[in-house]
Amino acid sequence: MHIDKYERWFMLATFIFLVIAAGALIVSVVGHHAALPEPAGRIDPDEVRTTPPFDQPGLRTAPDGSTELILIGQAWQWTPDEVTVAPGTEVTIKATSVDVVHGIRIPDTNANVMVIPGQISEIDVTFDDPGLYSLICHEYCGIGHHNMYMNIRVEES
Amino acid sequence: MTDTLEPATIDAPEPVPEPRIGTPTERTSWRVDIPGIRQADIRAVKWQLYLSLTGLALGVLMGALQASNRGDFILEEWFGRSIDLYDAVGLQSYYQGLTLHGVTLALVFTFTFANAFLSLTTMKGFGRPLVSAAARDASVTLAWIGVAMAGIAILANEATVLFTFYPPLQATSIFYVGAVLLVISTWLVLLNMLLTLRAWRADHPGERIPLLSYVSIMSYIMWFLASLGIAIEILVFVLPWLWGWTDTIDPQFTRILFWFTGHPIVYFWLLPIYVSWYMFLPKQVGGKLYSDGLTRMVFLAFLLLLPVGVHHQFTDPGIPFSSKTIQWVLTFAIFYPSVITLFSVVASLEAGGRARGGKGWLGWIWKLPWGDPAVSGQLLAGLGFMLGGISGLVNASYTINLTVHNTAFIVGHFHLTVGTAVALSIMAICYWLVPYLTGKALWGRQLAVAQGWLWILGVMFFSRGQMQGGIEGMPRRTNIAEAPYAEQFSDGNALESWRWADGLAAFGGTIMFISAVCFFVVILGTIFNRTQVSTVQRMPVVERPVHGVRDTWAILDQVWVWTLIAGLLSALVYGEVIFHYLPINDVSSGFRLW
Repeated sequence: MHIDKYERWFMLATFIFLVIAAGALIVSVVGHHAALPEPAGRIDPDEVRTTPPFDQPGLRTAPDGSTELILIGQAWQWTPDEVTVAPGTEVTIKATSVDVVHGIRIPDTNANVMVIPGQISEIDVTFDDPGLYSLICHEYCGIGHHNMYMNIRVEES
Repeated sequence: MTDTLEPATIDAPEPVPEPRIGTPTERTSWRVDIPGIRQADIRAVKWQLYLSLTGLALGVLMGALQASNRGDFILEEWFGRSIDLYDAVGLQSYYQGLTLHGVTLALVFTFTFANAFLSLTTMKGFGRPLVSAAARDASVTLAWIGVAMAGIAILANEATVLFTFYPPLQATSIFYVGAVLLVISTWLVLLNMLLTLRAWRADHPGERIPLLSYVSIMSYIMWFLASLGIAIEILVFVLPWLWGWTDTIDPQFTRILFWFTGHPIVYFWLLPIYVSWYMFLPKQVGGKLYSDGLTRMVFLAFLLLLPVGVHHQFTDPGIPFSSKTIQWVLTFAIFYPSVITLFSVVASLEAGGRARGGKGWLGWIWKLPWGDPAVSGQLLAGLGFMLGGISGLVNASYTINLTVHNTAFIVGHFHLTVGTAVALSIMAICYWLVPYLTGKALWGRQLAVAQGWLWILGVMFFSRGQMQGGIEGMPRRTNIAEAPYAEQFSDGNALESWRWADGLAAFGGTIMFISAVCFFVVILGTIFNRTQVSTVQRMPVVERPVHGVRDTWAILDQVWVWTLIAGLLSALVYGEVIFHYLPINDVSSGFRLW
């Protein structure tokens, strides 16, 4: 089959471009630990409030000494609705939903994960700069969706 | 191969089709250039197209409401008062309008345009009407009934679930049944295409499938396989759960099924436009199509690269690393057919521009027939698609997706792809298609040219705004005008830039709406035009490609083999996802939260 010379070059150049782009992404994963969310367990949405660790939502120090934010999504609020952490803290957010699909996006960070009933979402976020961060629900969850957020204050205690 | 083409077979005299098309008066004696076509065939195409344009009209009206929502803060600042257009038109909420916007544009407008346009191109390619009148009429009827059912459900505020209808949000059942009927109408078009292919093959043993029919049928086979995900989601999971046969549903698994369809649905939007860009646009600019074989391979690539839907779910908690990585690589591969298309289409255009006296590296661009609205709209749409394609690569880029997933950036992206490459091309195609189907001369040519420019101008502002907002974390599908967190901006934080993003989106969206109004003025002016054509209406199909079908591997015509391979590949790739996912986690009862 005939493929024009220039077109072959164009296809080769595209291939090289894609390999470079893919390489950069692999570096971001391997070298800089930018990770996509991975399965962190399942949970019955009707039993969330009695299932550890979601029976005690809020900030806590995990057994291994890390800081965890246990978060429950429910139309149209997060529990807890405000926490304060010290600058530079790496927070592991563990979240789930008791009703419909929600999502988490924290502007000024890379935090981005879906919160799906029946599944536990887990991501790590580091808050370097002091200030007020909004943890926003970014999936449509009913008529009050735009009211669903919580605040994370990053300040010295 | 020389540059001189053989005499155009398309324009050769054809047997006079009987009976003639048109109203029975003498004045309107005109016919279309498809042998044997009956008035009922044209009528079916026309009513699919009218449904499509009805969807477009409703959709852009909702777009205007969203623009007013985004621009609300400007009105408040300048005039001290805000307006609620949603209330004015009787909608209960922003989200009801958004559901209508998504369903009418992403599903109705695009699906029924494909039904209309690719039915017609299949008939043109084979030089005969589709064989089954029953399938043809059933398809039109089911599409209208399905859309009416879903539309009533949405307008009654019984289905404010957006076009993705993620369970456990639960709409009224006529919404889902309507969607199913619309999908079945597309399956009937495929059935008719395949029956026609069989009949054609019986009459033409050993011949290669005409290119125009080949690309049309491949698009529909792709869509049929793709649509199985959503079909299983609705028929096996959603409806039984809705009707109480099962108590609970698995929200994560139904999302996996949805996105199995949800990515290649994009191809179904796009491929009718690729048919136009490959098979019509070169003829319209006086250029030529270079390769029969490469054209076939591009459409085949879309069929084979169905299983990439997980790249819409990079941030889903229930899908493992392996599935995300495999489908990320496959997603990068689909950049290829579009890059080939970029090269081929631009080469066709350059040939046209040079044939019209264009000189130098870029001089041919200005010689293209920009005064023809059926051309200029598609050229501008192609320009939008380049930006849309690049931003799509951003979305597909694995960890970079974390910055943009479910943000307004995605909205900026797909208003360049489906919202411009597809929508603006469809509008431009209508500038020859509506005269072709009605026998009426195009009315308001200059307004039609201006319409295309207005659209691209509008989308540049709109997408620029939405992309900025998205990069700064603004969520999509959100009533931002009333979001309390949007007020929490302070110097230097991301939320501060949302106002610019909203303002640009509101301004651009308003221009797009004005452009759409111009489009409907031209189309209605054409349909009710008193000036009729009195000759044969010719479809602007490209002549024989420079590298013709004799250069093309015969195996590409083995439609069933490729369908089987594509099916197996999808089963393999999605088998991996499902194998890691099982068992089903059906834990959710339904919610109605609007």
